[in-house]
Parts: sequence; C-alpha cells; structure tokens
Amino acid sequence: MILLLTLTLSLNPSLGFTDSTLKSQHWAYQPLESAEVPMSSEAVRWAQSPIDLFIYKKLRAKHLQPANEARPEKLLRRVFLDLTGLPPTHDELESFLNDPSPEAYERVVDRLLSSAAFGERWASPWLDLARYADSNGYQRDGHRVIWPFRDWVIDSINRDQGFDDFTSYQLAGDLLPSADEDQLIATGFHRCTTVNLEAGVDREEDRVLQVIDRVNTTGITWLGTTLECAQCHDHKYDPFTQKEYYQLFAFFNNTEIETRAKGGAAREFAGPFFELMPTENESNKLSALRAQLQKNKNALQAQLKKIQSQAEPELQDLFKKLKGKKKVDKATQAAFQIEKKKRKPQHHKKIENFFKSHHPDSKKLIKEQNALEKKIAQALPPKTLVMREMEKKRKTQIFIRGDFLQTGETVEAQVPQALHAFPPETQLDRRGLAEWINSPKNPITPRVVVNRWWKEIFGRGIVTSPEDFGTQASPPSHPQLLDWLANEFLNSGRSRKHLLRLIVTSATYKQSSVFDAESKAQDPENVWLSRGPRYRLPAEILRDNALAISGLISLKQGGPPTKPVQPPDIWRVIGNVDNTYRISSGEDLYRRGIYVVWRRSSPYPSFVNFDAPDRSSCAVSRPRTNTPLQALTLMNDSAFVEMAREFAARILLNDSLQTQEERIHWAFRTAASRRPNAHEFKILNEILNRELTLRKSRIQEANEALQMLRSKDLQALIRPKLTTWFAYCHLASLLLNLDETISKG
Amino acid sequence: MNSIPPSIHPDSRVETDPHSFRQWWCSRRELFNGVSSGLASIALGALLSGETLATSKSKQQFQYPARAKNIIYIHLVGAPSQLDLYVDKPLLKKHHGQLAPKEFIEGKRFAFLRGHPKLLGSPFKFERHGESGMPFSKLLPHLGRHADSIARIETLHTEEFNHAPAQLFHQTGFAQFGRPSLGSWISYGLGTENTDLPAFVVLLTGGTAGAGNSMWGSGFLPTSHQGVRFRSKGDPVLFLSNPKGVKRDDRKRLVEDIGKLNQHRFDRVQDPEIMTRIRQYELAFKMQKALPELMDIGQESPATHQLYGTQPGKEHFANNCLLARRLVESGVRFVQVCDSGWDHHSNLKNGIQNKAKLIDRPIAALLKDLMQRGLLDDTLVVCGAEFGRTPMLQGELKNNAGRDHHKEAFTTWLAGGGVRGGTVFGKTDDMGYYPTENKTHTNDLHATILHLLGVDHEELTYRYQGRDFRLTDVGGRVIDEIIA
Repeated sequence: MILLLTLTLSLNPSLGFTDSTLKSQHWAYQPLESAEVPMSSEAVRWAQSPIDLFIYKKLRAKHLQPANEARPEKLLRRVFLDLTGLPPTHDELESFLNDPSPEAYERVVDRLLSSAAFGERWASPWLDLARYADSNGYQRDGHRVIWPFRDWVIDSINRDQGFDDFTSYQLAGDLLPSADEDQLIATGFHRCTTVNLEAGVDREEDRVLQVIDRVNTTGITWLGTTLECAQCHDHKYDPFTQKEYYQLFAFFNNTEIETRAKGGAAREFAGPFFELMPTENESNKLSALRAQLQKNKNALQAQLKKIQSQAEPELQDLFKKLKGKKKVDKATQAAFQIEKKKRKPQHHKKIENFFKSHHPDSKKLIKEQNALEKKIAQALPPKTLVMREMEKKRKTQIFIRGDFLQTGETVEAQVPQALHAFPPETQLDRRGLAEWINSPKNPITPRVVVNRWWKEIFGRGIVTSPEDFGTQASPPSHPQLLDWLANEFLNSGRSRKHLLRLIVTSATYKQSSVFDAESKAQDPENVWLSRGPRYRLPAEILRDNALAISGLISLKQGGPPTKPVQPPDIWRVIGNVDNTYRISSGEDLYRRGIYVVWRRSSPYPSFVNFDAPDRSSCAVSRPRTNTPLQALTLMNDSAFVEMAREFAARILLNDSLQTQEERIHWAFRTAASRRPNAHEFKILNEILNRELTLRKSRIQEANEALQMLRSKDLQALIRPKLTTWFAYCHLASLLLNLDETISKG
Repeated sequence: MNSIPPSIHPDSRVETDPHSFRQWWCSRRELFNGVSSGLASIALGALLSGETLATSKSKQQFQYPARAKNIIYIHLVGAPSQLDLYVDKPLLKKHHGQLAPKEFIEGKRFAFLRGHPKLLGSPFKFERHGESGMPFSKLLPHLGRHADSIARIETLHTEEFNHAPAQLFHQTGFAQFGRPSLGSWISYGLGTENTDLPAFVVLLTGGTAGAGNSMWGSGFLPTSHQGVRFRSKGDPVLFLSNPKGVKRDDRKRLVEDIGKLNQHRFDRVQDPEIMTRIRQYELAFKMQKALPELMDIGQESPATHQLYGTQPGKEHFANNCLLARRLVESGVRFVQVCDSGWDHHSNLKNGIQNKAKLIDRPIAALLKDLMQRGLLDDTLVVCGAEFGRTPMLQGELKNNAGRDHHKEAFTTWLAGGGVRGGTVFGKTDDMGYYPTENKTHTNDLHATILHLLGVDHEELTYRYQGRDFRLTDVGGRVIDEIIA
C-alpha cells in the first residue's frame, strides 16, 4: 500500500490547467458512458457476471490470465468476511461443501446479504467517512450521545435503503416534509464534527470550523473532491473557485451554534438534539418504574405524617433517640424546642426533614427512591444529536485567505459551475443540495460510491484515490467498468446489496488469491485483478473474527457503546470530563467492534494498532500496516489472550472430538475455515505434543492462566484437565495469530 | 439492468495447485523499477516501516548534508511565560500595574482577558550567562550555564490562541486534526536506525496534552509512523509483557511456531506480506527484551542520577530526560518529551517557580550528558511550547496574578546538532508584545529543524487526497542565522 503511495508521489506531473472549461472536461465530471459489455467467446467461457467481461478484456490486453477459482471453503470464508465481517461456522462450511447445486453459492450470498451482520460490517467504512465518534474531540473530549445515528446507519444498510434516500436523510433529514424519527436521527451525520469546549475558545471561530468540516466532508464523501484548498484561494488543479467554496459553505451555514458560554470563558456543549420515541417495551418499563416511585413517595409521606402526629412526649423521645450523640443544626434543635402549638410551617418542615433523614424507615424508602430514580434515568429514551435549520439565514461571506475575521464578498448558496446544473425550481438549502447530489444528471457520486465499495472488496479502487476524483487523481484502471457499475447502481435504485451481489458473484471475485508467478511479476499490486483479493482484516473485523473463533462473541445489536477490556490508564485527558473507563460486563465485553466506544483522544488501543482512524476528520481509506506492535497486540492484549484461552477450552471440552488428531483438525478449521494439509497437521501435532510434555508439571502457571476465564463453571470443567488445557492454550494462541487467520484470502 | 451474457457455471470448484507456482522474490530493485529518483527515495522510513519487502538502509541523498541525526523535542504543555523565563523586559517591569496600551487590546481576541487589563512585569530577576551574555531569569540557573550552546528564537508566533489547536499547530503545522506531526514526518522521511525500536517515541509527565494523541499522530501518513508512547508505569509500550502464566521461553516457541506455519503458508500463496509478518513477530519478541532494559534507568551510575536529579520508579521529568538520552543513544530518531502544567492563568509567581525548579536541572543535565558522551553534535535538542503568555495581567495584581495565552511572540530554543550557540534570534518591543525584528513562523521553525536533519522541507511530501502535502504547507524559511 505504502509503496503505491510512494510511487504516485513521483508520478505527479503538474498539469496546471488554466482554462476552466478544459478542467470541466475532466473525465470524472463527464456523463456516465453506457459502455457496451465487451463480449468475447473466450471471455464468456470464464465469466459469471458482466463484470468479468470487462476484467477479462484488460487481462488479455496485459497478457495475463485469470487465476483458478479459489477452493470452496476459502471462497466461503472470503465472502463471509466481506459481507458480514464474521467467519463461517463449521455447520455453515459443511452445508455449503455438501451442496452440489450450482446455486449453492448464490444462496449463501443472499443469506449473508439479508443477515443483520451485513449492516454491522458495512457501517464501519461509512462511519469513518462520517467521522462518527462518541466524544467531542479536542482538549476536553467529553462524551456525547449520538449512537442512535450509528444504529441508524446499520439499519439503513440492512434495509438496503436506496443511496439517494440514504443521502438526503443524512444531509437534510430535518428539512424533509414532516420529517420522521429516522430522518432526524440520520442528520447526525453532520453532527459528528468535533467541537472545542476548551475555556476561552472563540465560539464563532469554532462554529466556522465545524461548517468548514461539513463542506469538506460532503465534498470527499459525495463528490470525491478535496475542496479544502479552495478555502483560501481558487483550487489549483480542480475547477473550483474560492467563491464557489463559500457558496457551498452557505448551504451549511444556517444551523444553530453548538456551544454555549458557561460563566466567563468556560464553554459547554449545546446544539439541537432529538429525544427518541420509547419503544412499547421501554414505555411500559418506564410507566412501571414511575408508578413504583409514586407509590414509594406516598408511603414516605404517610410515614412522616404518622411520626409527626404522635403525642409530643413520644415525638421528643424519638428525636432524642434518633439524634443520639450526633449534633443537629440549631434551627432543627429550635424547632423541636418550640411549644407544639406555636410551631410555624417552617418549624414543621425542619422536624419533618429531621425524621426524613434520621428515621430508619424513611431512610430505607429514600434509598429505594434514589435507586428508582437512577433506573428511570437509565430507562429514559436517549437523546441524539441532530441538525436543525434556523429560520433566519446567516449571511455568508468569503473569508479572505481563509481567515474568518477577514470577510469579503457576500455569497448565496450555489453549486460549483463545473459540475452538473442545480435542479430548477429547487430551494437552495441542504435539501436542495441533496437533490442535486441525487440528480440522475450527476455522474460523479455514483462513480465515487461504487468505487469505494469495490475498494472495500478488492483492497484497491478502480480509481486508486477514492477520496479524490479530481484532475490530479490517477485515471481509473477500468474506466468502462466503473461507468457500467455506476449505471448498474443507478438502475437498481442505488442498491448497495445489488452492487455487492454483482461483485461477489463474479468470477473475478472468486479467483484464488494465490500470487502465481505470472501475476506476481506482471501484476504485483493486482491492478488488473489477475488474482483474488488477499488482505489483513480491518481492526474491528479482526477482533470480531477472533471473538467468533473463540466462541465468545455476542451478536447483540445496537444501543449505547460498549467498553471491552483495555489496559488501565489509557483514558487520561485533562478537563472536567469523566475519565473513568468502566469496563462493560457480561456479553457486552464480547460484542462486535462496531459497538465499541470511540473516544477521539484515545480510541480502543488494539484498533489503533490495526490502523483505525481517530475519527477526528473524514477518512476514506485506512492504511494497511504490518508492524511489531500488531504482533504484540495479538499475543499479549488481555482481550486477545482471553479469546485464546476460551478457544482452548472450547477445543478441549468439545465432546464430539475424540482424539488429539480430531481436535487439531477441528481447531485449525475453526480458525482458517479449511482442514490443515498433511504437512500442517504434522507440524501442529508435534507442537501440541511438545507443549503437553513441557507443560505437564507447570500446575501453578496453568492455574494463573486459568484465572483469566471469567466463568467459574468453565474453570471447574477445565480443572481436571488443567495442564492439558494449558498446552492447548499454546495451540489456540498459535492459530489465532496465523497470518491466514487474520487475513481474508 | 443491462443485458447479462449467458451465465456459465463450469465445474468451478477447482483446486489450486501450489507446486505449479514459481518462487518469486520481489527485490528492492524491482520495487523501484519505473520510479523516478527524488521524492520517492525520501520515503525511506516508509520502506523500513515493515510495509514493503525492503530492508535496506542505504543512505539517502538529501539536498543538504545532515547536521543532526536525532531530535529530542521538549514541549512544555500549557505554555510557560517567556517573560518570566527568558526575555528580560525592564520597561515592562517599570510600567508594572499600569493599564496596557490600547493597541495591545483593540481588535484583538484573547482566550480569557476582557476589558482593559493592566501590565504585569516579571517578579523575577534576570542574569546574563556565558560569553554570549544570553539572559535567563533566576528560575533557570542550571540551563543558563549552557547559554553558549543555545540558539534562542524570541519571535516565534502562532495563529492559534487556544491550547488544543495551538498544540496541533505547533506539532503538525495545522490547527485542526488530521495532519502528521513533526516526529511522524521525520519517521516517514528518515526511518529508524534501530529496527528493534520505533523511530518516534513519546514520553509524558503530568498527563496528556489537550490535543491528545494527535500531538504525535501520523495524520494521513501510515500509522506505523505515529509516535509510540512509552509509559512510565506498567508496560513501557502497550501489550509488551507476556500474560500471566506465560514465560519468555513459551513466547519464543510461540513466535517460532507462528513463523513456521506462516512460512509454510507463504510457500503456497507467495504473498510478500506474510514474510513481513514473520519478521514483525521476531521483532516484537526482541522488543520484549530490549525495551524493559532500555527503560530501566537503574543501570545508570549514581553520578548520572545525581546530575539529572532522577527519581527512579516515579513519573518524573528528570527520568524522562535521562530516558531521552538513552533512547537517542539506542538509535531512536525522534523523542518527544511533553511536560504538562504550564498554564499559569493565575498564581504565576509560585506556579512557574515550582515548575521551573522541576525542569531546570534535568534539561541542563541532558545537555551536559549528551555533550560528555559526544552525542550533542548529532542530536538536536528543542524546547518550546504552543504559544507564550501576555505581558498583560490576568486576575488581580496583588492576588493570584497570572498571564493569558499570547500568540504574537514567544520563545523556543534549540541546542546541539548544527545549531549556532549563543544566538538570540528576533527582537520584540519593550513590552515583549510584538516582534520588531525577524518575526518567525512555526513553518520556519519546522523548515529549520528538517534542514538540520538534512531534509529539504519542500521536498518531503506525501500525496493525499490529490495533493502533495508537506509539513510546512506553502510556507517555511530556513533560519540560517541560528545555524552554525
């Protein structure tokens, strides 16, 4: 990956167009070509989808041959990881391998596309673009509630919402006629910007930065265009003027400011939010809790009344008894000393308060009340951040050299001239902008979107700079295929599932990922797709995959972010922010990575080590590094160590496995989705035998390792086979660390 | 939907035959075929980061001869007052307590100051040191002895007056998130001399800075170039030590076993990433041994401990200075030492006195120690902050006097590798408010640092989102006046 980037560094002729009409003739802004599918009898013999015909043509032109089809179990694993981010189970493997029908593969694909896990896997790249996180960023980096937006993205992808609605909900849901809950939550997309709540921040400057971020993110996400440069001057290479930048700015310049002054220089988070409708269940639970609280309050009142209605001597006795040696404030003391008849309401209040806080029965009721109130607060439906247009529009002016204090010409909302025309009779607001993006006359968004999906599957885009389709981008490797896919996207109602189905059922996709000599020499970066994709898994999927192999994974969906085990003292940021990382409990420890809390100042450490962005700004592609810190993470991060030890227990306690040979086969297949070959089995068997011998007498260390299993029941089951299990821990670690296990191939 | 050709379902479940594939080794030469020299060759660090097959460490031809190999960058987080440490302003002392001139406040934005503030003269005496006669306040007596090794820029200015954006600006040249930090640019450009250790290491005292990890982030560069935080408690890097029940021998066998099976896989699929993966596991295993030894300052002589004033076992700035020397000695390219707690909005007098006491001796010791070991010629030591402090008073004169953030002029100093000692660069007005001579931008500082490392700041670029980005954006002038 880096090599590629290094290469492109040097292949950068400064074209420097001067004529703007020339610039607007750039391929990416041209209407989609309805390319004919390049048929050839030779190609048809190999092809399983029109995609293959485009690929085949280029392969032949480069004197390359497509690779053989991958072995079915490897293909199954690949498509499972690509569509759901999870590996196939033994049962899924068996049923696929035993299904001889030619439609077996398509059936699997359809099943995966309709599984809930699909949305969880495909939400992640979108959330990178949306710079979704659960905190504000900057110095304070306090927590924010916007996870309903994350859940909305997952749900929308699972429903296969057309990309046009997906777009307009997120850019302008609040401006749609009688916007519903879904449309409002979706506007969280542009509430994901960072906000600086450091004391002394210029609130207007911070707001301007947020609007700039919204313009730039929209440009990258929907137009594949880096607009950023035009903030200060006309774009050097692409046909965008500084004025046009601020015309786009004007679309986003009419929402409320999102910070509030809080006494002097201090700042606090503000801005519109939306309280979610409670579900029937939630609403029943809430009513029940509230009723209980009321009952409790009534009981307390009755009780206090009863105490106070006692005869005076008893009252005084009780006062003395409850007071004991403790000091009571003067006013209360005085209230008790006043003659009963002369007591005024404030004296009665003092007496009541005394018994309320001292009488054991009242104390008990109050304790219950506090607990109930806490439960109610937890059961309240969450509030999520949304966009809200102000009635009165802000004036937008050009910022000279990008400096918001130096304002120039006043501009109105408008779209750049080099791109397709704004639809007539459409409001120049965010909703209009979404309509413009969704216009059938817009060729760039379909190209940008299908290219990103292609990249997610094949590891590189048809255009290698998915964030930039401008004049400086390298031209597409398969321009006709790109346009064919874009047309297919438009004609299918902008369906993600349709496009992905086309891709993963192609012969191109099904190729073996083995680097054969020819492909390695002539196509080292796999530009021409002379083999199938083979890449290390992205951070979240890598963890999900290991959780699934270990058997620990929980597939519970949605809700507030989870906090799986991480080393202590990671969350340390100054400011009045709750820095305590409270580790989740129960199954929340083992839920999918998409649900793990994303704190911008310090994202989940193992994700960071595997190239996850901090989500402070829009990120289109993650780098794919290969570092010693990754090796340390997989071997030593206690989250991964726990998975290995659970996996060892799972192997050893599987009653259907009778012999060591069976156990090795089963374990290897769980991790790699294939049976080990004879050589691999031999190595693994020798390793296990060696470990069984070496660890036979290491009871104390085995016991230490055993403490990591959270379930006491599981510990008890292991104890009779303690040192055997300890040897299997080595095997389990080994399998979870294999390059094959952490890669899709 | 366009017409789909008759779909053909041949007997598609074909086994691939691994033995029919020739072994193919991608040599470094082949990797560079078709690549023009120049820019591409700069990214040595990228090549060494484990993402490619290249392992060669051949010398790169940079535009300038390198004057320094390594950097220790001390960032005093929160921003100390230059007017109480370095810059003596007798007139400011004279006008102490009077209202500030109107031009200091009209049309200006401050983080905290409102209304018409008074002037605050430094409560500290200043002394001149060395042959150069460079002034230091009495808070920095030890550092003063190194005056003739130090080049001081007194007119650095920044565009930001809030901590987090200014810290990002100071370290990445850009006030918002997403750009690579100075250290990661250098890691990307120069790589590391010691493959057992990261090229860019971060040491912290007093908590994380406001901009958090982004101060040593890699932005759009591959994450392998981001600063690796070495921690003073627990594992020096996360996940370094083996879990309970696992011994070093167990780990050794595991790494060997992983290597064996990965090698077997490589023989079949030929993906060069697998070979890199094998090497990274071996490296990780070596790091497990090397790092704790490196971080164990207990091995240093009593004289050294005395020199620095270390407190072994604690989180202490002096320990980090000593560690910085050990890291540089071991070939770490860039050590960022951050010390928080310099944000003296109030109670400046006691506050800065206490903080200065904690850093004066250790920094002086670091310079002396590097010199004695002959390392100072190769090592550039930089000490700065995200901005300075106002000559104006924040709070009340008699009670809790402090200073607000100041972006117009503040001080950063450099020493060691290629620096002309005893130089004071830039002048400010009598109140220390504005530069009057040689106003210096953060881009200029960055350009100079890169220059001293032998890198042309205009040549060190990375293509991202269709643009060639550089640390110095479109600015940057090498400050020849402070170069020996």
